[in-house]
Amino acid sequence: MTEKADTEVGNEVVEQVAHLARIQIDSDSVSNYASEMSGVLQLAAQMDQVDTSSVEPMAHPTHAVQRLREDVVTESNRRDAFQKIAPSVENGYYLVPPVIE
Amino acid sequence: MHTLTLASMRSGLENGEFSSVELCQHFIDRIKKQNESLNAFVSITEEQAIAAARAADESRASGNVTGALHGLPIAHKDIFCTEGVRTTCGSRMLEAFVPPYNATVVEKLSAAGAICLGKTNMDEFAMGSSNENSYFGAVRNPWDTDRVPGGSSGGSAAAVGGRLVPACTGTDTGGSIRQPAAFCGITGLKPTYGRVSRYGMIAFASSLDQGGPMATSAEDCAWLLNEMAGFDERDSTSIERDKDDYVSTLVNSLDGVTIGLPKQYFDAGLDASIASLLQQAIAELEKLGAKFVDIDLENQHLSVPAYYIVAPAECSSNLARFDGVRYGHRCEDPKDLEDLYKRSRAEGFGREVKRRILVGTYALSAGYYDAYYLKAQKIRSLISQDFSQAFESVDFILGPTTPSPAFKVGEKTGDPLEMYLNDIYTIPANLAGLPGISVPCGEVGGLPVGMQLVGNYFEEARLLNVAHQYQMVTDWHTRIPG
Repeated sequence: MTEKADTEVGNEVVEQVAHLARIQIDSDSVSNYASEMSGVLQLAAQMDQVDTSSVEPMAHPTHAVQRLREDVVTESNRRDAFQKIAPSVENGYYLVPPVIE
Repeated sequence: MHTLTLASMRSGLENGEFSSVELCQHFIDRIKKQNESLNAFVSITEEQAIAAARAADESRASGNVTGALHGLPIAHKDIFCTEGVRTTCGSRMLEAFVPPYNATVVEKLSAAGAICLGKTNMDEFAMGSSNENSYFGAVRNPWDTDRVPGGSSGGSAAAVGGRLVPACTGTDTGGSIRQPAAFCGITGLKPTYGRVSRYGMIAFASSLDQGGPMATSAEDCAWLLNEMAGFDERDSTSIERDKDDYVSTLVNSLDGVTIGLPKQYFDAGLDASIASLLQQAIAELEKLGAKFVDIDLENQHLSVPAYYIVAPAECSSNLARFDGVRYGHRCEDPKDLEDLYKRSRAEGFGREVKRRILVGTYALSAGYYDAYYLKAQKIRSLISQDFSQAFESVDFILGPTTPSPAFKVGEKTGDPLEMYLNDIYTIPANLAGLPGISVPCGEVGGLPVGMQLVGNYFEEARLLNVAHQYQMVTDWHTRIPG
């Protein structure tokens, strides 16, 4: 597969990506985002100057691996403290608009 | 009193020259007087601070000194969670967020006796190089209030530079400690990735973020790092390795130390006045016994392109947690769940944060992952290999911290890409996970300039040693805004 990609982002791509990221974008700012995103992708395209086909991607700067621990409870239950800062709760549940009509 | 270093404040407290209450009140008065023009603090915790200072004085009087920073005032960047004290991360999203727990760094500094005077302003979610991206307004540079303090730890840098507080915590993802330190004439250290716990430090780009100290001297940074560093089982990327004593080695001689000068940092692109200040600093370090050699970091120019894929990609994942459900901003009258997510995030995030989330979401989406994120991670390997090769023959790498001194407020807000280039010298250390320090090395047009030293992994003690020895024979770090 080629490592090249489009660096020109159109309005419909911005709208699709904004939907994936769950961010509402005003229709009059879509083209601004499109040109700014294209600018960043053009900057990123400079990476294509270098052939990296035989380079391993970095996983961790000092090659650390995921630490494992005993499967024991380490945290206490602090549901009340955590729910106190939520926008809307009831009887220990987080409230959101109805999902099923 | 505000021109003292932490070290001399410590002996002042020990000798009874002043109390912790007097010391903290002095700085709080300075904050209250100057914050209107600098906007360096988002929150001032006067009541808690004075109560803690009183407790520190009382325990000292009864012969009980809790730690190396007993009774000394500091401030935290508003990215570190403080239990019971609002933590905004510079965002409307967290405008009313009061964390139910403390970051490890906050716990550790508090356990060492430090007293937090407040929370410092910052670019929203640490995304920015000028502190103009804060929901709570731009921070101003104490050397010239028409200019930016740098970012993202701009509030911390302006606060220490203006001597509103002797030391602060900061975080550095692409230069966010070192660049504002340079712009405000202070010393700032980004430790090795994994050296300081990220627990309770609101995440931006998890493979790059690292907390560190910002103070008026390398010695004070060493005192802070002594408390901040160390393994933390609550951070899965924390390194299981004993910390060094960063203070005891400050006095070591620089005789025989070898420092590399990357030709890519001293090419035609470097501002001539900054180049000449660096030459003077090199001459001082030579007198101290350091030897200089030219080195080649051939993939440095790919750092900014790789960073502006990796950082947005990781930010788009990390900031997915802000959904208006469990904490943070929620829009009014959501008509359904999708509307709740979309409008809460649209209202809660500022322009730069949204831009990066969109770029990151795009770069990680199906079909583009290999071309962008994977490619950028491969470039990181190349940049890291360049450094490893260099460190086979040198102990440190020296260069500028920034391409220019502090620029004017509003000067670069119109062009995100131009803003991104501010971090051209600082980003490589983040991509490789290496420690770096910025040290004041002169002035251009009345504005401070920083020199950057990058060390090999876990060489924070030696970096601080070189910076301290340099500061013993120069006085740039002692200069304060007129």
